[in-house]
Parts: sequence; structure tokens; C-alpha cells
Amino acid sequence: MNEARILTAGDSALVVELARGQDLDASVNARAVAIAAAVQAAGIAGVLDVVPTFQTVGVYFDPLKTNVDALAALLHSLAESQTPVASPAVTVHRVPVCYGGVFGPDLAEIATRAHLSEEAVVALHAEPIYRVFMLGFTPGFAYLGSVAPAIAFPRRATPRATVPAGSVAIAGNQTGIYPSASPGGWHIIGRTSVRPFDPGRTSPFLFNSGDSIQFHAIEPAAFEGRE
Amino acid sequence: MTAFLVVRPGLQTTIQDEGRWGWQSRGVSVAGAMDPYSFRVANALVGNNADAAALEMAFVGPELEFEAARMVAVAGAEFSLSVDGRAVQMGGAFPVSAGSRLRFGDRVGGVRAYLAIAGGIDVPEVLGSRSTHIGSRMGGLAGRALVAGDRVPLGDPAKARKVRLEGQLVSRPRISAGAPRVRILPDARIDRFADVSLQELQSMPYTIGRLSDRMGFRLEGRRLQHRHGADILSEITPLGSVQVPASGQPILLMADRQTSGGYARIATVISADIGVAGQLGPGDRIWFSACTPGEALAARLAQERELMAIEARSRA
Repeated sequence: MNEARILTAGDSALVVELARGQDLDASVNARAVAIAAAVQAAGIAGVLDVVPTFQTVGVYFDPLKTNVDALAALLHSLAESQTPVASPAVTVHRVPVCYGGVFGPDLAEIATRAHLSEEAVVALHAEPIYRVFMLGFTPGFAYLGSVAPAIAFPRRATPRATVPAGSVAIAGNQTGIYPSASPGGWHIIGRTSVRPFDPGRTSPFLFNSGDSIQFHAIEPAAFEGRE
Repeated sequence: MTAFLVVRPGLQTTIQDEGRWGWQSRGVSVAGAMDPYSFRVANALVGNNADAAALEMAFVGPELEFEAARMVAVAGAEFSLSVDGRAVQMGGAFPVSAGSRLRFGDRVGGVRAYLAIAGGIDVPEVLGSRSTHIGSRMGGLAGRALVAGDRVPLGDPAKARKVRLEGQLVSRPRISAGAPRVRILPDARIDRFADVSLQELQSMPYTIGRLSDRMGFRLEGRRLQHRHGADILSEITPLGSVQVPASGQPILLMADRQTSGGYARIATVISADIGVAGQLGPGDRIWFSACTPGEALAARLAQERELMAIEARSRA
């Protein structure tokens, strides 16, 4: 396990860096999630936001209320004392998806490029239990990995101006669900009635970093009843 | 509901406060005032707490009709102002009576002004903040800029401190002409860039490009070079951070930035100077200048003392 490095990012944020890789690493990410939870739990005065990402933890603070050197020392000791334990009872969010057709306009193209049938692409996408590596881009958008190499393709050359809410998409070895209608450059292979973010709900966000998600295929008729 | 009516909305008038903190781990942008210093001055002048929601306007200001009397103040970009056709000055609080129209006229300098109203603006909080984030349609009034005919709910003026009237409590707008110097702290991972890049970033002003808004400014000027490519695994995107995509043309991230980004960061504007950047728009120039962490903190402390002095002077 690499030693955690504490890096400044301007005068109001520190970054706990656990690795400098370019590939998704679940064990590094698990450590980031554990450290973020420990920093939150410590309830440090002046800390405004704690943000675990793929291989770092961002800590935003008010420089008028926080001594940056003391905070850096505290973050280092918290980071070095956290061991990512595989959480014993991780909830697996089960997400129903209506793949292909009008709901997944890019499924056929992915199948062609992968030299597979659409059914085989769906089977590959629905098989793994994905990890929520982090959230970002838009409220509730979870970056999930890792997608099977056979169906992992770089994002579209030209992003779409609008992607419907609930669209399930692939980009590189990541997959995700668009929580709301927004522009997007990922390959859309299906749609779900699950809403990762709903401000009117008691718990507005369904997913958190470190959670597990598994997709399963449903028929269009079942989908239309739900959305 | 006591409100003000939007007669003319201006170009991009939104409700903002100090931002929506605590939810970036769920992908929720912070938003908040683009010039936090002027936002704070406006609230101080009417006796509000520092976090009361105010109106931010950009380029073209609105015309508003008040349904109830309030003390108001404007800070930031310099606009000509009138109440029912009578000119009023920026720099202090002034009263607006029920039925009166407050009109923003010509803009003399700067881009963004803040209208604070005693008691604040009372739209519902979303995830702890009233700030409008247009990209995710969150906060403010229906998550969007104001439009003609909107009625915007006013807060309880009894919550504001008593303040002095119409004095020139803020001597002059801080808006500088030309290419204002904005101080930066070089990023800890400056080794992602070619050795000369940090010098090149400071060697001449950058021009703020046409595709620039509350999310960020696309900067045009000297191209910067990465050592091992522009793309990184996404991590946090602090306010004022300067990201460099593969094109080598930097992007300055502002209030409505996304919560994470995948381009290498070369530097971050210090918090004391972010308001200077917030007063710029397309076609304006910005000149970066590196400083030390000690200088950044000293500048922020000096700014805080200045704000507290304005709060003290404004008390009745």
C-alpha cells in the first residue's frame, strides 16, 4: 500500500493522493472511500466538503477557520490508519434496464463494433456486480466499473445535446445511469426507471461511493408501466 | 407571500448565496456568487448575515417592482441605478418603498453586481442552499435565471441589523481596468507540466473566450505543455483551479463548475482574488501571478478585516 500524500490544491482544498495511476483500481478506491468516511466522522471544524474520487480524497476547508498544516497532518494520520475493509454487508442495488430499441440507440453499434449479437452485449453488461467508484458530472451520476473489455469503447466523437433521464450508457470501461436529462457523450444502450437523484425523495440520492450495482434486462412492456 | 416582481429580467439574473456545500461527493455543484467579496459587501450594507441570498446580475441588470418596503444595497460591477426615476448611488444602503421600481441602467465597469435586500430572498433551500445552479436546474427560482413576470419571495426584514442610510460606506468599486493581476498557487503536481509552463502561464495576459460562463472561463493565449498527456483519473475541481486540456489552452473553473474533472490542474486562483476573476467576461483579459501560501492567507485575512470593517461602519 502506497503512503498517502497530502497535496495542496489552492488555499482552500487539500487532496489526499493514494495513487497516480490511469486505471480503475477497486482497492485504491476502497481506501479513498474509507478515508473520506473517517474524515467526515472526525467532524473537523472548518471542513466544508469531503469528496472521494477514483484514487484521491478532496477535502475543502475555510482557510479562515482552519490551519492548513494542522489539517494536512490530521489527514495524513487518518489516511495511514484506515485500512479498507471489504464491507461485510454491501447492498447490491438491482437496476432493471430496458436494453436496445428506442431506449438504447447505440446498442446496435456497440454490438457491430464488438462483433457480437445485441443479446450478447446485454448479457456482458448485465453480468458483473459493478462498483460505484465515485459520483460526479451531475447530481447523482455514479461512475461504475469495470465494463467487460469486449464492449468497452471510447465515448462518442460528438456528444448528444440531450440524453434522456434514466439512460444507461457505456464509455471506455465505465458505465453509468444519467440521473436527469443532460448533454452526454456516452454510448446509450438502454434505459431504466430508477432515478439515482430525486430532490423530492426522503433520501434524494440512491447511490454512494463504494456501493455495488447490478443491472438486469426487462421487457419494454414492463418498463413502460414503471416510468 | 411578500415579493418583488421582475419587470425586466436583465441578461442572466440569478439568486445566489455562499453556495451548496457538503454534496460534491454526490455530484452536486457548489454554485454561489461569482464574486463572493462583492456579494458579502452588499449583504453587509443592508445588515444581513453573510449567507443571505441575494440577486446576482451579469452584463445587463433587471428592473424590479417591490411589493413591500425594504432596505437594499448594490455592490460589485458599477451600474447606474434609479428608484422611480430618481438616481441613487451604489456604495451604501437605500430604501425602496412599496410599489417602487428599482432599475439598473448603464454598466460602467465590471460584469457582475449583487443586489442585497434586508431580510434576504426567501426561496426554499435545496440541499441547504438557495443558490441557483442552471446546469442541474437546482435552487433559486425553479433552478433558472429570472424571467419577466417572476415574483421572488422576500425574507423577513426584522432578521437584518439596523443600518445607516445612503452613506458612502464602500469608497470605490474594486473593478480594475486592463488586465487585472490575479494571484495563483502553483499546483502540488506541477511536474505534470513541462518545466517552462508555469512561467508561460504568467508571462502575458490571457483573454477570456466567448464560450465562458458561470461554469468557467476558456482562456486564449500561450499554449501550455503537458509532460505525460492532459488526462488524469477524475478528481476534485476547486473554485479557481486552472485546468489544461490537451489543446494546451487553460480553463479557469468558476462557481458553477462540475464537482470533478479529468484534466491536469496547473494552478489555483487564491480565494482572496476569486472575486476579481468573477468580475470578468468574454473579451476581458486576466494576468496570473504566482504567490506563496503565506501570501494567499495574508491576503484573505486582510480581505476579511476589510469586510468586517464595512459591516461595523454600516451599523446604525
